[in-house]
Amino acid sequence: MAVLRPFDKLPELNSAAILLVGAEGGPQQQLAEAMLREKKDFNINIHLSSSLPLPSERDHLRPRIDLIAFVIDIKSKYSLKNVQASLAYVDVRFFLGKVCFLVTGVGRVNSCSVEMNAIWKLGEDYCSPVLFCELELEGIRVATAQRLLRMLQICAGRVPGVSALYFSLLMRNSAGD
Amino acid sequence: MAGGAGRCAARADGTGIQMAGGRPTGSAIEMEGAMRTLPSSGRPSGTGRLSRGPLFGRNYGLSPGSRLLPPRCQENADPQKVAFLLHKQWTLYSVSPLYKFSSADLKDYARMLGVFIAAEKQKGLAVDMNGELGVRVAMSGLPELRSSEQDPAAVLVQLSLRSSVSPKNSEEKLIWSGWFCCVAGDDLLEDLPENFTCLPLFLVNGAESYTAIVGSWFQKTFDCCFRRLAISPLNLTWMAAMWTGCKVENNKAAMELLFSVPHLPQPLNISYAIHPEDAKALWDTVQKTPGEITQEEVDVFMECLYSHFHRHFKIHLSATKLVEVSTGIASAHCDGIIKFLQSQYLIGVLMLLTELAISQIQ
Repeated sequence: MAVLRPFDKLPELNSAAILLVGAEGGPQQQLAEAMLREKKDFNINIHLSSSLPLPSERDHLRPRIDLIAFVIDIKSKYSLKNVQASLAYVDVRFFLGKVCFLVTGVGRVNSCSVEMNAIWKLGEDYCSPVLFCELELEGIRVATAQRLLRMLQICAGRVPGVSALYFSLLMRNSAGD
Repeated sequence: MAGGAGRCAARADGTGIQMAGGRPTGSAIEMEGAMRTLPSSGRPSGTGRLSRGPLFGRNYGLSPGSRLLPPRCQENADPQKVAFLLHKQWTLYSVSPLYKFSSADLKDYARMLGVFIAAEKQKGLAVDMNGELGVRVAMSGLPELRSSEQDPAAVLVQLSLRSSVSPKNSEEKLIWSGWFCCVAGDDLLEDLPENFTCLPLFLVNGAESYTAIVGSWFQKTFDCCFRRLAISPLNLTWMAAMWTGCKVENNKAAMELLFSVPHLPQPLNISYAIHPEDAKALWDTVQKTPGEITQEEVDVFMECLYSHFHRHFKIHLSATKLVEVSTGIASAHCDGIIKFLQSQYLIGVLMLLTELAISQIQ
């Protein structure tokens, strides 16, 4: 099945899975390694993909995806288009807090090829938080990894009393509110 | 592809260009959180134009939803007076407002600057080319380079070398020139305190050593701050779109885009040249709103060019970095280097550059 669904599979014991979707050549690999290095009390599976849909041959081997993070590089318009094309293959129930947009490359204002309005609009259209970071810097990469790990914990249901629906608080208020 | 800095020129004839994107909606994108009050209908009157909302702290990576088309001046611009500005490479700087600068005292300033340069030379800090004596400083105003009376008059600073070989001949070689200007910047700097003059754009042609000396003198005397003005690829796409739409007679210069491919062990540049008639034809089908250009139209225009390239070469230009744009009107490089080629649209280009300079200052 081409569309990624959130509740089609049973969760595994003491583990969570995150899917990082971003154009090739991006910093996803380093971010994944940073996440693996963090101290945590559960197992995490990090899946990297350059676009959706995921190949269906190995679908039965994949765990249930708890959080999808779409990586957009501000220096490349292609990465934004790639993410926009991939969003069509995500089931709508994922957008209840289990999707977030990671915008990297914000350290270099002078290389920006993507206009901010498009990104804000994307976050609003899909009701998902937009996180800005600069994954080429070690410190910010570690901080982002910690943040994602925390979000993953919540999305996997491992924090009692907090559900992924609370992530709407991370979204920017639209002007006029 | 050969190793090293390969440069493949792609010639797109454009006879078969189809619009890959859909029709643009033709409405200006509303900028949320706009701090300046502007009519939300998107058609500002008179010289007011942009709704800039400093979301995210600063005008960071933001381009306005729409910009006015550059005006084409035919009446008042005397082409002879500004001819010396054309066909030269100017490096761009943004300058914060100058304190207690008066355009009536230009002769005094020139004298003081000359003294300063001579002092620097004696200290051995200046590059003394050819060992000749006397750098003469001339400062003058350029009242033609403004869009309305509210703009402060542009100021030109020229350094020329007095040749010691033939003192009677008094022929001077121009070695450095720089000029400050502000074109249509008044709306964005309306709450400037007293005693401040705003000339946010500074263009330099000449040796870097003299730039440093002149810059430090201005910084000391008028308490301002110079910063290199870089042009982001996003702004370069705006320039490409805006300048393509300008009508130029006998335009032989192709529209050329230069891209630099990232993440490669060896640098690779891709040059994409388009026949100006075809580019203009494409832009005319995209641009719908009369008198202004929206972000959507620019996106569709670039998308058409990219998809045409992809169809032929299977390379995604949108994943590369746009580094330089050259059209018949002007050419701009992302390091902040500009070259004017047409005097008719000089004001229009300066208007855009002033806007970029102001957004860097704020």
